[in-house]
Amino acid sequence: MFPLGIEPYLVGGVIIGLGVSLIYVLTGLHATQSSFFTTTLSWFSKRVHFQEERNVKERDWRLMLALGCITGALIYTLTLSPTGFWVTGVDLWRLALGGLLVGFGTRLSNGCTSGHGISGLASLSTTSLYAVLTFMGAGIITAHLLELVGVV
Amino acid sequence: MNTRNIATYVGGILFGFGLAYSGMTKQEIVLNFLRFDDLGLMFVMGGAAVVTFLAINVVPKFMAQPLLGGLFKPRISVLTRNTLLGALIFGVGWGISGQCPGSAVASLGMGNWPVIIGLAFMFIGAYLRGMLVKG
Repeated sequence: MFPLGIEPYLVGGVIIGLGVSLIYVLTGLHATQSSFFTTTLSWFSKRVHFQEERNVKERDWRLMLALGCITGALIYTLTLSPTGFWVTGVDLWRLALGGLLVGFGTRLSNGCTSGHGISGLASLSTTSLYAVLTFMGAGIITAHLLELVGVV
Repeated sequence: MNTRNIATYVGGILFGFGLAYSGMTKQEIVLNFLRFDDLGLMFVMGGAAVVTFLAINVVPKFMAQPLLGGLFKPRISVLTRNTLLGALIFGVGWGISGQCPGSAVASLGMGNWPVIIGLAFMFIGAYLRGMLVKG
């Protein structure tokens, strides 16, 4: 069940939680991820949905959050990482199709693994609990079905 | 540059470091979890949620407001059909690709360039969601 042990997972999760908590204690903002797509599109699209006040107001700090995440992963890669720079072997069609569904779905659901899974659950939101159970179930079933048809 | 943006950048560094440390930035590790080959990933979301639970529910008992201003307000939202339909679609995409938004962004810091394609399609997906809203 745990071929790599649980240490990297638990420690990594706690570090993620410390980042989210630091931002909350300093600013009261919930450092969630998928809204970044919508707020960033507010620079490029005049559509009412993207020009909603909260999207325009949040686009600066959400971009900074994303840049911080890239910086943090880079620091890990240059210091503790046993593998250094790393490139996925997952097929490009899967990254593209999966990405399309991830972008559409997280925005329709108003949350992702971090919005519902971390900040929502930490807020004891039942809405987020149902969302987490739904995307976990869908992800598990999809990955198993793909394995059945030989896509691994 | 205002202090709020610096705060989210610094917090984001911890967020991205943790994502990379936990293996979430490697799509293969996420897919191994979803196929039940390695269940360790439960501890990522769990560990992060427990720490964040303390920040959201305990810290405000000792502080009137966030240090840089603003308000302490838990992330509570209304359950709608879209919450669940969106989560279902997200889950299918997650199972196909092993990508979620935060881990995809962070994995650029590992030099994981093919995920640029995944991120481009996430933006297209988010744009299509916006097209469904009138106006």
